[in-house]
Amino acid sequence: MPTVIVPALLRKLTDGRERVSVRGANVRQVIDDLERQFPGIKAHLVEDGDLKSGINVSVDGEMGIGGLLDPVNETSEVFFLPAIGGGTR
Amino acid sequence: MAAGTTEGSRFRVIGTRPVRHDGVEKVTGAARYGADYAFPGMLYGRVLRSPHAHAIIKSINVEKARKLEGVRAVVTSADLPELPDRIEQGGELPINLHHLSCNILARGKVLYDGHAVAAVAATSPHIAEEALRLIEVDYEVLPPAMTVEDAMAPNAPILLPSLRNKEDGPDKQTNVAAHVQFKRGDIKDGFSKADYVIERTFKTAMVHQGYIEPHNAVGIYNADGHATIYCSTQGSFVVRSLSAAVLGIPEGKLRVVPAEIGGGFGGKTTIYLEPLSVLLSQKTGHPVKLTMNRAEVLRATGPTSGGTIRCKMGATKDGKLVAAEVWMAYEAGGFPGSPVPMGAMCIIAPYDIPNMVIDAYDVVVNRPKTAAYRAPGATNAAFASETIIDELAEKCGIDPCDFRIKNGAHEGTPQTAGPPYKRIGMIETVEAIKNSPHYKSKLTGKNRGRGVATGFWFNIGFQSSAMVNIHNDGTASVVTGSVDIGGSRASMAIITAEVLGLDVKDVRPLIADTDAIGYTDVTGGSRTTVATGLAVYEAAQDAVRQLKERAAKLWEKKPEEVEFNNGMLSAKANGVKPMSIKDIVPRLGRTGGPITGRATVNARAVGPAFATTCVDVEVDPDTGKVSILRATVAQDAGKAVHPSYVEGQMQGGTVQGLGWALNEEYFYDSKGVLRNTGLLDYRMPTCLDLPMIETVIVEVPAPGHPIGSRGVGEVSIVPPPAAVANAIARAVGVRMTELPMSPGRVVKAILSKDGAAVASAAAD
Repeated sequence: MPTVIVPALLRKLTDGRERVSVRGANVRQVIDDLERQFPGIKAHLVEDGDLKSGINVSVDGEMGIGGLLDPVNETSEVFFLPAIGGGTR
Repeated sequence: MAAGTTEGSRFRVIGTRPVRHDGVEKVTGAARYGADYAFPGMLYGRVLRSPHAHAIIKSINVEKARKLEGVRAVVTSADLPELPDRIEQGGELPINLHHLSCNILARGKVLYDGHAVAAVAATSPHIAEEALRLIEVDYEVLPPAMTVEDAMAPNAPILLPSLRNKEDGPDKQTNVAAHVQFKRGDIKDGFSKADYVIERTFKTAMVHQGYIEPHNAVGIYNADGHATIYCSTQGSFVVRSLSAAVLGIPEGKLRVVPAEIGGGFGGKTTIYLEPLSVLLSQKTGHPVKLTMNRAEVLRATGPTSGGTIRCKMGATKDGKLVAAEVWMAYEAGGFPGSPVPMGAMCIIAPYDIPNMVIDAYDVVVNRPKTAAYRAPGATNAAFASETIIDELAEKCGIDPCDFRIKNGAHEGTPQTAGPPYKRIGMIETVEAIKNSPHYKSKLTGKNRGRGVATGFWFNIGFQSSAMVNIHNDGTASVVTGSVDIGGSRASMAIITAEVLGLDVKDVRPLIADTDAIGYTDVTGGSRTTVATGLAVYEAAQDAVRQLKERAAKLWEKKPEEVEFNNGMLSAKANGVKPMSIKDIVPRLGRTGGPITGRATVNARAVGPAFATTCVDVEVDPDTGKVSILRATVAQDAGKAVHPSYVEGQMQGGTVQGLGWALNEEYFYDSKGVLRNTGLLDYRMPTCLDLPMIETVIVEVPAPGHPIGSRGVGEVSIVPPPAAVANAIARAVGVRMTELPMSPGRVVKAILSKDGAAVASAAAD
């Protein structure tokens, strides 16, 4: 089963658990299963049918580009992290 | 020089140093910058700005200004639609459109000295300026909160009455817009294993990017409801989407033409004048040009945050880092959105530390809304952590390079936010410095010291579009939507030439406006060579695929039987004579028409960047002046497409970091009014202040990228303040904890140390 690494400030919603096993073949299904296990957590991650602005997803160390549509496999580790920008030159 | 590099070995053109395609226009003055644009009947705009740091706008009376001869329009926030207080994706980062609009023209309150209140269009800039004096604004002045400490204090003046955060709940007004936290391992257990623990509090100053070209915009609103903006920006598409939102017009009705740009460094990834130019043009029926002066740039555009960082780290006697605990708060300016989440993710990113807790707070203060600045948030953070790393190395009696190598992050090390690194070059950059002629040289002389520091930046990918056109003479043009700030035209031409087997002089790079190319994110986040370069690589490959199809038609073969190498089409068959692109071009009409290769990408293969910097200083113990004697930076570029421009980025970032270290800061008086609004008082380093910055390009290819490039535009700014602080510590024995390390602060630190030594001797 995929594993979600829960952001530190959301661990109060997962009984302090950092790693949670979930079902799902993409990020949307993973979050839905996370919500089934820990009601209320989805509202911190999803808004208007997409990942909340300011949140990015990383699957197996790869920065997501598909948001909720990013595929997840049985051994995947899914991280939610602040979105990153930058400024140069 | 290059280290760990195979410069040119895998590639024919990539890694070479051709003269930039836009060089002649730049050096002859023919290149058009935003302020150069002029149109028949054009009017001139000026912006009225708040003289107060924090005040309620009770009323604005513009009637006298409107009646001044030559004035064609006066606008205030009442002329803009009120936008929802909602976060949306804009440019690189999420943006609250209500806050964005209120920053363009204040609505109800002014939140910093220089906050725009009204704008005027007139037949001359002087009349527009005179009209500003006739606008009557009745302010109720409020006490300002200028620092994170002021703003986080109980009973602090509240900047945004509607601002709430999740932790304090919906009923409590606050200036703390957000709190992020990162945790790993067991922090108590980690510190219990430490033989040495260092804890210090650091303060950093708000600093500006200091681009030489001030902001500018020309807006032309047509009677058919379409509008065009000519402006200096790092991202024409972000100007289009944000300006359309602020103006309440459909994005498709707005075209943005990016002018040449005189520097941005992140500060031109948002909007200020652009929607005002269109609004004033709409009101007057004429093109309207607005340009800022230097004082406006410093007072009212987005610098980067200052703030406070408490950093505690522990190591074992044998030099292994075991725990890190960080509390950090950054000034967001008048509206939320400091780079503190990035700072939090960067602060210990170069190291493999098993136990850590990082708490980071985004705090609104009565200063201009911050914008991106080269590796936003990372430089402040590294000043704290890299100073402590240096002290721990000293305590352990280990060379500072060896300490960093021993603890350096590598493939598989978890990043602060959790995901493990892929192949990275952190350790290689430290080794490059350790092996450099600079580090191996002996530094002699009184009050001289050498310091080292390492920095990290994520780099980003994001979306880009590219087209490669094959022309009738066998040359090509490559069209992208990425504004060229640091030589990206040359890089795009190099990549195209590499794939098509052409001479780089036969590839013409062009930058299109928002109607002429597909969506492309900003030139920022060190993404252009990596992401737009990927789009160009794929567009050129698309052109090659089409060339092979055409050759197959001519030769009556299958496309897979055709090969393309170094610009030559061939097939393994009798009687088939290989053709160059030039040879096949006359036959394109008969085989299907012209060839244009196209590609759009949302780049995923993005390799993070590390840089390590070594600095020698000499400190004048009487005046506190710190002179930079020598500086060398080693940076992982993945693969340098044009090494000269990579070196230029490394040198530019280092110079900005040295300015941040020694000189630059916003000076506000007790009323929150900025007192250094010119470049004589806001002191950036010049070539007279610094030696030539030595560079070592390290090349650890980014996994997954066809060229292996990593973004190179930002990370070199990160290490210098800490490297200078560490050099000062070795020179005169004081640990500096506040930026800038200006003469006054250095003298004070030396006197405090000497005073303590005298007191200690007296006690003995």
